[in-house]
Amino acid sequence: MSGSAEGMPNPWLPVPYSVQERRSETPDTVTLVLAPGAGPAPLRFGPGQFNMLYLFGIGEVPISICGDPADSQHYVHTIRSAGRISDALCRVAPGATVGVRGPYGTGWPIREAVGHDVVIVAGGLGLPPLRPALLEILRHRDRYGRVEVIYGARSPKDLVYYDQIQAWRSRPDLRFQTTVDTAGHDWHGDVGVVTTRLPDARFEPKDTVAFLCGPEIMMKLTAQALVQRGVDRDAIWVSLERNMKCAIGLCGHCQFGADFVCRNGPVVRYRAVERAFSTREL
Amino acid sequence: MVELAVGDRRILARSDFPAFLDALNKLGYRVVGPTVRDGAIVYGPIDRVEDLPVGWTERQEAGKYRLERRGDEALFGYAVGPHSWKKYLFPAHERLWTASRKESRFVPAPEPADGPPLAFLGVRACELAAIALQDHVFAKAGDVAYATRRARALRIAVQCGQAGGTCFCVSTGTGPAVGPSHDLALTEILTAERHVFFVEVGSPMGARVLASVPLGPASVEDERTVEQIVARTSASMGRTMVVSGIRDLLVNHPEHPRWELAGQRCLACTNCTMACPTCFCQTTEEVPDLSGERVERWRRWDSCFNSAFSELHGTPIRKSTSSRYRQWMTHKLATWHDQFGSSGCVGCGRCITWCPVGIDITEEAAAIRASPPPQVVEERT
Repeated sequence: MSGSAEGMPNPWLPVPYSVQERRSETPDTVTLVLAPGAGPAPLRFGPGQFNMLYLFGIGEVPISICGDPADSQHYVHTIRSAGRISDALCRVAPGATVGVRGPYGTGWPIREAVGHDVVIVAGGLGLPPLRPALLEILRHRDRYGRVEVIYGARSPKDLVYYDQIQAWRSRPDLRFQTTVDTAGHDWHGDVGVVTTRLPDARFEPKDTVAFLCGPEIMMKLTAQALVQRGVDRDAIWVSLERNMKCAIGLCGHCQFGADFVCRNGPVVRYRAVERAFSTREL
Repeated sequence: MVELAVGDRRILARSDFPAFLDALNKLGYRVVGPTVRDGAIVYGPIDRVEDLPVGWTERQEAGKYRLERRGDEALFGYAVGPHSWKKYLFPAHERLWTASRKESRFVPAPEPADGPPLAFLGVRACELAAIALQDHVFAKAGDVAYATRRARALRIAVQCGQAGGTCFCVSTGTGPAVGPSHDLALTEILTAERHVFFVEVGSPMGARVLASVPLGPASVEDERTVEQIVARTSASMGRTMVVSGIRDLLVNHPEHPRWELAGQRCLACTNCTMACPTCFCQTTEEVPDLSGERVERWRRWDSCFNSAFSELHGTPIRKSTSSRYRQWMTHKLATWHDQFGSSGCVGCGRCITWCPVGIDITEEAAAIRASPPPQVVEERT
């Protein structure tokens, strides 16, 4: 191997950020606003990318970035308590230090969507990774055709970004449908999985770019429904989730077929993974 | 003394091998190489010639490894054992960084590179290929610790004088002849009259090592002898594997019944991945001290055969052993091409020898090739 390793940046070292704000989204989900403190400003990120978040003495997990890409001063992350480390991250107090490595991975191809109708379908905690894309599209709303968002959650109490969703729903240039799997009598919205809302969505199939994020089965069924409706497989994008320890294509954990999800994903064309979605235990 | 240049060939007498080791030590290298321990030839410190497996060889078969005495005093008269050089370049357990808490903040400090540079003595052709494969993997990730160790390491190759029972480097195109990427390449020539090493210089550093070592001229006859040794080894491979089209063969047959059969035999013990010189999977560990004021971040070899390896939200994606075997073999022989532009297999045979139930990657690949069921046909709408 030629040359020496001196001066190479060490990709394993987290950069300390401080928790500027902690918002409770649902009983098990919080949003953290991270600021670099005295350190350098965050690196620019693309909608759909993720960071590795590290807690001193606890560990590190991949979490997608869900803030506004135009905000160059913060990283915003919405985290669900799903394990030991994410649970500890959900409990951090403002002022605490969180280590950040990133941003990593591929993002939603919002430039490719310019001039087309955009269909965004989010299931559960699939909305946070799509939020930067939606914010970016709304910032340049005139560049796109119709924008349809379908957001499904398990129950009304599992809906994140409640206030912002109300604001989005009141916009005339955006259709934002919300649906839940189960609800009580106090819920006046739709009930059913996201694909049940798809027939209502207005878009020109041949001229549509779709972004899907949620559980694999939800993305698979939604993509199949979109293809049925005439959307090209190459115009449908999905965001994959796998176990990750390094985010630099080295630990091997996130392999999905030939892809390292951390490097070739998380956002990939549906066509590229269509067969893999149907392969057991891949 | 005439300065040696890359490509120069010389003869090193067996009696001058101690001087060769001295030369390495004088340049600050710590020599590591094959040595007999716990009934196997493994890699460890080589302080003197007698630390090498002098007069030893081994018998290898699927799930079998036995040391045997040779009828001579050869220094390198065996194939490869359970260890590979990755244990030095990519240690099985390695501290990545440490951090101390300062009020509410913490400051991570990278692990300093220390210890003397290593001279790898006895790197076989397949192992040079394996090192090159890992170089690519770690370079792509920008791993500083690996790059630092690798840049300092000296590779003293040895061309194999015999093939092991599970060897198939001829099939993978990685041996037994040593390619151009090495610092020094030795071929052991041992007859009733003569015990010498044919030495080829592969780098300026290799030339520097030889500067203080007594050497003789290499004759055309010696070169012919070396060619014959390599040809003999090539002709005695214990295994073969047809590699043409193997990427598509495996990627297109994820539901082949053979995976299920392999899964029924496989113990998911991870031996193949630990012994494999190219397997690079790893996990991270957070190790806080008792006060909670200081933590160490470590990495450890991991294996795609472990259930936790694919765990997502508390459940493994690859629940069955057959899916893990499929992942390992498909990655090694097929998707490695997509990721790194080549196969991940160098034909060393370790996974065959060290599998406790003797699963043979060449046999599995042949079985899938022999009876490919109808391909999964993509649905069109």
